[in-house]
Amino acid sequence: MIEASTVPEFAATTLAPRQRSMILRRLVAHRSFQIGFFLVGVLAIAAVLGPMLTNTKPSAMHISHRFSPPQAKFLFGTDMFGRDIFTRVLYGARVSLWVGFAVAAIAGVFGTTLGVLAAQFRSLEGAIMRLMDALMSFPAILLALGITAALGPSMNSVIIALSVAYVPPGVRIVRASALVVRELDYVQAALIAGARAPRIMLRHILPNSIGPLLVHLSFVFAYAILAEAALSFLGVGVQPPTPSWGNIIAEGRDYALQAWWIVLFPGIGISLATIGLNLLGDGLRDVLDPKLKG
Amino acid sequence: MPVTSETSVEVRDLTMSFGSGGAGRRPTMVQVLHDLTFDIGSAETLGLVGESGSGKSTVGRILVGLLKPTGGSVRLFGRSVTGADRAANFAAVRSRVQFVFQDPHAALNPRIRVGHSIAEPIDIAGKHSRRDRDDRVRQLLELVGLPRDSADRFPHEFSGGQRQRIVIARALSLSPDFVVCDEPVSALDVSMQAQIVNLLMDLQDRFGLSYLFIAHDMTVVRAIARRVAVMYAGSIVEIARNADLYADPLHPYTRALLDAMPRPDPTRIRPRTIPGEVPSLLAPPSGCRFHTRCPHVMPRCRDESPRLLEIAPGRQVACHLFTAAETTEP
Amino acid sequence: MPADALVSIRDLTVQFRTDRGWVSAIEDISLDINAGECLGVVGESGSGKSVTALSILRLHARGTARAARGSIMLDGRDLLRAPERDLRRVRGGDIAMVFQDPMSSLNPVLTIADQISESLRLHQGLSRAEGRSRAIELLDLVRIADAPRRADEYPHRLSGGMRQRVMIAIAIACRPRLLIADEPTTALDVTIQAQILELLRDLRAELGMAVMMISHDLGVIAEFAHRVVVMYAGRIVEQAPVGTLFSAPRHPYTEGLMTSLRGRDIPGQRLGSIPGRVPDPDESIPGCRFGPRCAHVEAVCRAAVPALVSISENHDVRCTPRSQALAPACL
Repeated sequence: MIEASTVPEFAATTLAPRQRSMILRRLVAHRSFQIGFFLVGVLAIAAVLGPMLTNTKPSAMHISHRFSPPQAKFLFGTDMFGRDIFTRVLYGARVSLWVGFAVAAIAGVFGTTLGVLAAQFRSLEGAIMRLMDALMSFPAILLALGITAALGPSMNSVIIALSVAYVPPGVRIVRASALVVRELDYVQAALIAGARAPRIMLRHILPNSIGPLLVHLSFVFAYAILAEAALSFLGVGVQPPTPSWGNIIAEGRDYALQAWWIVLFPGIGISLATIGLNLLGDGLRDVLDPKLKG
Repeated sequence: MPVTSETSVEVRDLTMSFGSGGAGRRPTMVQVLHDLTFDIGSAETLGLVGESGSGKSTVGRILVGLLKPTGGSVRLFGRSVTGADRAANFAAVRSRVQFVFQDPHAALNPRIRVGHSIAEPIDIAGKHSRRDRDDRVRQLLELVGLPRDSADRFPHEFSGGQRQRIVIARALSLSPDFVVCDEPVSALDVSMQAQIVNLLMDLQDRFGLSYLFIAHDMTVVRAIARRVAVMYAGSIVEIARNADLYADPLHPYTRALLDAMPRPDPTRIRPRTIPGEVPSLLAPPSGCRFHTRCPHVMPRCRDESPRLLEIAPGRQVACHLFTAAETTEP
Repeated sequence: MPADALVSIRDLTVQFRTDRGWVSAIEDISLDINAGECLGVVGESGSGKSVTALSILRLHARGTARAARGSIMLDGRDLLRAPERDLRRVRGGDIAMVFQDPMSSLNPVLTIADQISESLRLHQGLSRAEGRSRAIELLDLVRIADAPRRADEYPHRLSGGMRQRVMIAIAIACRPRLLIADEPTTALDVTIQAQILELLRDLRAELGMAVMMISHDLGVIAEFAHRVVVMYAGRIVEQAPVGTLFSAPRHPYTEGLMTSLRGRDIPGQRLGSIPGRVPDPDESIPGCRFGPRCAHVEAVCRAAVPALVSISENHDVRCTPRSQALAPACL
């Protein structure tokens, strides 16, 4: 017979083998996360190192080499002013990725703050959520068009405009998961111990509510790159001569049939960034969503 | 029952109603607790049993201040936490009252190391230096039978039974006098249940804790409780000393509950089960709320709600079959 | 294979894909379910009892689970290797299943009658009207009052106990020869649990079907089963007729479970408990997987995985010291 006393309590509590950072390990093992991370990583490195990878300037015109097809000297060819497309795509990556990153970061900060506040304080909830509803009732790209038109076209206007468009879904996502977390027993335990709102929000609700937001932000990053390209293409985005993937395509569109390389290479940049970020987001979703509840 | 300094918890005529009904509809009030009166003595365990919808968990949440009752009074260690000075009195007793949850997976923040979770009540009370706190955490881990190096691990590294030990360690961090245990073992495997129940009994002996032990499983309550209160549809139908209740259940519902408990005895011939289901809180039956399922129902039961009467020393029943101080066999 | 075995499982090993490769959830499961009998399968979480049940109907998610070894025979066919088309005929036809959670098992947008008659229309080609009248008969059979009215209602109108009755009606619609009940009363209140167990017991007798009752609750098993299989960490550790198992358990784990339940009637007395915890499926434990928690562990237990040995008629134990002491010499 097995009695309570025959085996010391310590034997009762051997721990399972240590499993540190499950989330990180699962992410590293996730195939689409690997591919996405690789794509985004290569683009990010190219953007950061851009000036070192080329020996010319994005605005330098090689008048004798207008409309050169891709060749050893001009890897991606040149445009109608003889500017090196390779250099312009590299510099464009800096602009496009920065816009995407900045928009995702701003949407993340505001989404988290407003979402957690709306979930925690009933008095703020109405005001915050109605404001978000109002912003969401405009199509994102139209809202952004209006804001860039009002602020004057520039990179910062694009960032502000796209942030305004992408904050509301983030707020909704965070609020929805915070409302669930708020009812969980560990939050109740903190309330029983006398915890006040800041501790509840920062220590318990926030870290457990942002998983879905991280997934969402990886997609926002991608949408923002696309939207920047669209705004720049329409002429209200980043202004020439500063190259962005969008305005390189816009400038080259009249010659697309003869000099396809002008639009092809920035187009590939946009595609790779978007695909990479989407794969990254898929990986995050697979790993974060089920695990957060455990 | 006389109120002495030995009493940890005194509950008088406790009622609780919730507003129900969605947006647009006029909210209807649903009464989930009806005039509960009971005491829990110092170092005593009161078992509180009932099925879903009986209101037993609501009682526990009121006692630790998570919910504010709509009527009646609650005194903790002699201080009223329902009267005018509710907030001040509650602050004064907060460190003496704790809670152990049912689901050990939801009771611990998955992003916080176990040591920090255990120390959270200490941090909030803000009384200890960092070193004192870490010593206390190690001491608590040892007390609940976990290795000291558990403190810097995360909850997902522990089994359900081990997490429940962590939850208990957190509940003990400020040396409480009264702990509400809300179904503390019902989410655990059979072999774990015994470990946790034994641990709770050991801790009670060592620190003189009072427990309100909420459960739907009457066999677990039988092992740990000194007295047992049985709830049905928001009312206490019977309170008795443990031995009396199990040997001779008086209220027909208590009897039905005991009969319905599956026993690990293949030779037992189980009596037929009472028919019907727990009534909806939105449309409670008139009179005695158990009359729709009761095998001994009388005309009076449909109209008149029975009061909880002391029919023998330490024995209270709310049923028209029984009158104060003398019993009639059902 | 005994003559009266309806379903015969041999050497079944089922593995799940994890981050660390394929991990066995159950290993070398061999058991028979005889026609008309009630077989109890008892075990704690992680014992593999539900995996065993789901394997019979091959209901595991494709790609994440595989039957690495073994066979499951029904009428001379191996269900593990039968084509999906044949298996669809078996599911709900010869073998039906009732699950733990009656709340998520019913489709909220279909009426009760539609859901009960679905398998009848599929398996027996009944018309809608015929299906509805059969559904009403079945609701009567599972003791739902006012069946014609209930048949046209939607699941949200029903309580948990009623929904589980509906699930049982769906399961027995095609008169299965085996009903697998996976913790059918765990989510229900005590008095409702007793009602559902009574219903299942009555139906088993009325319809003459076999029932495989899976439960963590030894009380439920004791009151319901004829024969009991005890599982621990993916293996069968003991199987015996219910009377034998409860009066003379032989495996230390079974003994421990009994002790942890029986001491409960003396207030204040510590309960007998099994120390330690159930191992994770991918934890490597040499020899007997119960060894680390066993008070009687010997060197031989760590040396090799014990075999399931018959110690008397119908009583098998997977414990090397016990089977050496108890097994009849002439084996």
